[in-house]
Amino acid sequence: MARTLFDKLWDSHVIARRDDGACLVWVDRHYVQEGSFHAFDKVRQRGEKVARPDLTVAIADHYVPTVGRDALRQGNELLRMMGQLEANAREFGIVHYGMGHPRQGIVHVVGPELGLTLPGLLVVEGDSHTSTHGALGAWAFGVGASEVAHVLMTQTLWQKRPRTMRVTVTGRLGPGVSAKDMALAVIARIGVDGAVGHVIEYAGPAVRALSMEGRMTLCNMSIESGARCGMVAPDETTIDYLRGRPCAPQGADFERAAAQWLQLASDPGARFDREVEIDAADIAPTVTWGTTPEDALPIDANVPDPDRIDDPARAARVRDALQYMGLRPGMRLRDIAIDRVFIGSCTNARIEDLRAAAAVLAGRRSKVPGLVSPGSAQVRRQAEQEGLDKIFIAAGLQWGGSGCSMCAAMNGDMLAPGERCASTTNRNFKGRQGPGSRTHLMSPAMVAAAAVAGRFADVRELVAR
Amino acid sequence: MEPFVSLTARACVLAWANIDTDQIFPARFMKQPRAIGYDKYLFHGHRFDAGGCPVPGFPLDDPSNRGTRILVAGRNFGCGSSREAAVYALVDYGMRCVVAPSFGDIFASNAVNNGLLPARVAEADVEQLMALLDGLGGEVTVDLRECTILAAGERFSFAIDPVWRQKLLNGWDDVDLTRGYADAIAQWLQQDQRVRPWAGPPAV
Repeated sequence: MARTLFDKLWDSHVIARRDDGACLVWVDRHYVQEGSFHAFDKVRQRGEKVARPDLTVAIADHYVPTVGRDALRQGNELLRMMGQLEANAREFGIVHYGMGHPRQGIVHVVGPELGLTLPGLLVVEGDSHTSTHGALGAWAFGVGASEVAHVLMTQTLWQKRPRTMRVTVTGRLGPGVSAKDMALAVIARIGVDGAVGHVIEYAGPAVRALSMEGRMTLCNMSIESGARCGMVAPDETTIDYLRGRPCAPQGADFERAAAQWLQLASDPGARFDREVEIDAADIAPTVTWGTTPEDALPIDANVPDPDRIDDPARAARVRDALQYMGLRPGMRLRDIAIDRVFIGSCTNARIEDLRAAAAVLAGRRSKVPGLVSPGSAQVRRQAEQEGLDKIFIAAGLQWGGSGCSMCAAMNGDMLAPGERCASTTNRNFKGRQGPGSRTHLMSPAMVAAAAVAGRFADVRELVAR
Repeated sequence: MEPFVSLTARACVLAWANIDTDQIFPARFMKQPRAIGYDKYLFHGHRFDAGGCPVPGFPLDDPSNRGTRILVAGRNFGCGSSREAAVYALVDYGMRCVVAPSFGDIFASNAVNNGLLPARVAEADVEQLMALLDGLGGEVTVDLRECTILAAGERFSFAIDPVWRQKLLNGWDDVDLTRGYADAIAQWLQQDQRVRPWAGPPAV
């Protein structure tokens, strides 16, 4: 029978199936971060060991400061959180990439760039954006602390088989339109709970045309439509990306593995529980105006007017969002002035993202302050080799270290109450970037355009034609 | 884990949709150890101002809703971040059940792992239930054996995955269950090493 990519991943990981349908599945890679302390506490409370430290990697990202690292003094809360992870890693024999390590960075940037994440693997972490790793054709999803503890103790998880959804993006993205715009357009179409209970496979020529970085951006945002994981079938782009990565198989082993990975693609005629099709030509540079990622509109649009919405529940939600965001009903998106920009996060802090932002900022000044936080120490080094740091600094932006930074606002990088930020991150929830913060999601190029204009702008009008 | 069979308790209405886990438990409190009690951070951004003073008007703080153990909320409750702290905050507050038309997948898993019942009720029924509770709160009985909710003489049915239902009814712990599969795991690993030799430990 014709199988989907997900069917193949599922079949290759099921150890046992209970009568009630619950399946025990094997976990190939387990990443842990500072927030995993609850799970380590559970392991200790039970007097257990970590079953497979050799399949577990600890990486500090959520609490790593991006600026002022040298000023940290004993007793600092961030140091305590990072130290706690390091101590847990040491106690249980887990490799640890902490602040200052050349491999440190955001887990969802580091895992793929080191070749720790591979096609066909089941990858979990106590972080919802673990969906990112699906870009390589892995089955990757976020779990809570109890499940993290279960994986630590057994290297397995109990799972129910999710439903499948294929999102096919036909045609070609236009100039200035990126994977982030594609992700926001998908979420706007299916809604923030449109894919609850589903695994999404992204397919179609516009997805195939994306770089690995772009595919990671797309899969990263899957959770914002409710899907616990998103994935793209491995192809030559995937194989080329992984060849020579330090933690991936090497030489003949790699080529043998690659041949197997290419077999993971969904078979012709494989059936999905739900199909969604989007034409790439319909996707414009997109920004969010509200407090959920589905509140996304093309840059030329106007903010919705609740008085013109028939559904009273939706009108009330829009009214509440506009009030929180400090926006006038019906105003043009282009008239929204910003206070700050942020370029970073597991969604958009890879080298390609920094290049896209730098291309817009080169020779220009930002009208507002802002922070650029590369996704990993490696991305930071590469960006500096390419001189991108100088472009950001010349534009008036701060060039920081790598970590989750102002996306999760847990490391001290945050907005002041009421501040409005054009941000390359993934969530515009109330208070996400600090109490009272106002977050607008968009692509790195669109953030750069907003920085130059001091308000939302169409990047297509700024880049050379 | 404490089993969930049936519960009669005060229910509080939170009538909006897409309540994400950042709302339930703001990230800035995640450094705290669980032992201090996460209930004080539950919906913190909605219940307290920047200076930490209580903000009146949040339904949970209405005097009539004292002792609430059940939440009735809009669709997609618990979307967003995977933080189990959101569930800890609800549980530490005394919650045993959230009733909503749908849940974030990770939140629902986390809930079940902590004995908190995520009861899925049709959207129209949730609206009716909220109306019966005057949009604020009232006594509700949730029965997991029957998968029913009783409020003001009206009966609603709810859905929950059968695996999760069994787990909650029995208070099962997954690690204990998994220990019974040690042989199956060892056997599976042996054949997997032949099929996927590249899936083994990475060279770190």
